[in-house]
Amino acid sequence: MAVVFSKPKALADVPFHYCPGCPHGIIHRLVAEVIDELGIEGKTIGVAPVGCAVMAYDYFNCDMIEAAHGRAPATATGVKRSRPENIVFTYQGDGDLASIGMAETVHSAARNENITVIFVNNAIYGMTGGQMAPTSLPGQVTQTSPYGRDVNHCGWPIKVSEMLSTLDGPEYIARVAVNNVKNVRNAKKAIKQAFQNQVDGKGFSLVEVVSACPTNWGMTPQKALEWMETDMIPYYPLGVYKDRSAAKEEK
Amino acid sequence: MAERVLMKGNEAIAEAAIRAGCRHYFGYPITPQTEIAAYMAKKMPKIGGVFLQAESEIASINMVYGAAAAGVRVMTSSSSPGVSLKAEGLSYIAGSDVPALVVNVQRGGPGLGGIQPSQSDYFQATKGGGHGDYRMIVLAPASVQEMASLTIKGFNLADKYRMTSMILADGTIGQMMEPISFEDAEIETYDKPWALTGTDCKREHNVVNSLYLKPEALEITNMERYERYKIVEENEAMWEEYMMEDAEYCVVAFGIASRVAKNAVATARAEGIKVGLIRPITLWPFPKKALEDAADKVKGFISVELNMGQMIEDVRLYTKCKRPVALCNRCGGMIPSPEEVLESIRKAQKGEF
Amino acid sequence: MKTTQILIAGFGGQGVLFAGKFLAYKGLTADKQVSWLPSYGPEMRGGTANCSIVISDQPVGSPIITTPDVLVAMNLPSLLKFVDSVVPGGQIFIDSTLIGEKVERTDVTVHYIPATQIAKDAGFSTLANMVLMGKLMKECDAVTFEGNKDTLKAFIPAKKENLIDLNCQALQAGYDF
Repeated sequence: MAVVFSKPKALADVPFHYCPGCPHGIIHRLVAEVIDELGIEGKTIGVAPVGCAVMAYDYFNCDMIEAAHGRAPATATGVKRSRPENIVFTYQGDGDLASIGMAETVHSAARNENITVIFVNNAIYGMTGGQMAPTSLPGQVTQTSPYGRDVNHCGWPIKVSEMLSTLDGPEYIARVAVNNVKNVRNAKKAIKQAFQNQVDGKGFSLVEVVSACPTNWGMTPQKALEWMETDMIPYYPLGVYKDRSAAKEEK
Repeated sequence: MAERVLMKGNEAIAEAAIRAGCRHYFGYPITPQTEIAAYMAKKMPKIGGVFLQAESEIASINMVYGAAAAGVRVMTSSSSPGVSLKAEGLSYIAGSDVPALVVNVQRGGPGLGGIQPSQSDYFQATKGGGHGDYRMIVLAPASVQEMASLTIKGFNLADKYRMTSMILADGTIGQMMEPISFEDAEIETYDKPWALTGTDCKREHNVVNSLYLKPEALEITNMERYERYKIVEENEAMWEEYMMEDAEYCVVAFGIASRVAKNAVATARAEGIKVGLIRPITLWPFPKKALEDAADKVKGFISVELNMGQMIEDVRLYTKCKRPVALCNRCGGMIPSPEEVLESIRKAQKGEF
Repeated sequence: MKTTQILIAGFGGQGVLFAGKFLAYKGLTADKQVSWLPSYGPEMRGGTANCSIVISDQPVGSPIITTPDVLVAMNLPSLLKFVDSVVPGGQIFIDSTLIGEKVERTDVTVHYIPATQIAKDAGFSTLANMVLMGKLMKECDAVTFEGNKDTLKAFIPAKKENLIDLNCQALQAGYDF
């Protein structure tokens, strides 16, 4: 019998703890497939965040370290500077990367730290039960914005990819989504590029993955995917925001 | 003996760290310890090491965490307010059982405080600082020579017990110059099978982590860690005794305070007062035995500190309150003069504690 | 057994710390025990600066000097601040180009040296500090005058070697005053 689909080698054979319909599983798989395809599992070291993906260290077969909330890029910097020959990636959510860890994010990008950052933006704090995130949309109802995010009161969402792409430092900044097959395929391409850049020594590569949180959005998985299309992606347009090497080649 | 050179205390730490095999330094500028970073910035690139000025104290301690997990000898240095920021990382490093060296060249607090020397981070260093049950080995140098030797010792102990060694110095010892000779550093090496090196697809993956969602598992982990701490307490306490053989009074002081106290003890001896000095070199583990033994033979203790009285609690604790303990202190960047300490000794002799 | 506590004080930029470092190195090369402790912080950049040097035949206890045997004052605020702390029988060295006041105490030996003027006239206007050190070495037996060049070589970087001769000249000018 022909095998047409199997779990990537880089993923451990354990059940995920994620909620039904949560795209973290898809994104984990994309990262693991890329690690497999590049043949780098044996030298990859992953940095898990604080947030829903906190237990990612159990799901990836490579060496893993659990970072403090928001500090994954700093911890990854410490690992990478100690072992430049290894491949180091962080996997972070929006609260982790764009709120408490913004300084670490911006400065590791500015240093063009040769690491790969997978940034999952689902516009909400998942693990703590659905509070407003730095990327929650204007008007979005969350546990801590029960009347909808009032931008006059608590400010505007942060567009991380746009912001980071204004820096001279980083090599590659792209925003993708995982709401349909086409976008998932593009997401994998971007993630692969982000790892390949590190292999090639090009520097800081971040892929922002627009994702969903059906549980805390209070939607069915199907409805959540639709909301991504109608509300999230218009606010967070997909595309490659910075690609230094490609830009050089064009010149 | 190796050649004597004059060196600032802060520079001695940096040079000793390099001699101990440290090739990774992450830090953030703050007075009065910046010479350490400056020395590292100059030296590391020339010896294939890494000096990186981080965006914050928080980032730097988390870089230390990453590097320590990757299995290298790594350090950071700061001063009091900066160490408060590092508290988060110190807790994670302890919870993940990775070794690191952290230097605190103390200045007056709380808050932004001042920049003059202080010992007011004694509680923070010896009782916690970060959250959770954990300990750090706390080494308190009293000379430039010890800034170097305790740095090397600190790295060795950190690797041996998989914990943080903290050098708890102060602005005076950091800034002052004294002759120092670098004997051949005794570098101990320990296997680090837990380190993140990449699995090479040949072993199970290593996970460096402090998260345990099952309380039973966290309890066991903490208890095992404290078994290790017990071994440290039994084996690693260090102290110096000065004129204690026939002492009727005992001054307890560490770091720069012990230097001042030593002058006072010598003067008091000349006046015929039988007084001695116990200088804790490790603040954790505290030299319990020295204090216990002293409590059986002296009439009272004087704790000399550059704070509002922090170590005095441990002096009372480990002498089981058998004898009265007086406090001779200055704070906020001020240092007691030998005369002030002498006055406390004279008072003690009169039974005034 | 002898211990000498020397306090040098002045404005930042007058070479107070450098002069102290020189004395500490002199002690080191004479196989003595020494300590050098600077004031530190923002005052280093233009405010008052001072440093404490202890030179001793035995291990140095406290490096902090509260009652100096020797005070070198390079400006008036420093003299006023520290004049009363000098031990009876101690010595005070004053740059009299910059300090017009006289010391009222009679239990100390005071040396008035127009160090800034001497340095200026000799063409090394920034080395008044070393002129004072020259005089100090003549009057105070904590360190000897011999071997200054070797001592300076020990802590002046090779690329600034031209400064060594100038410093030696300044020391000599003070010694000869």
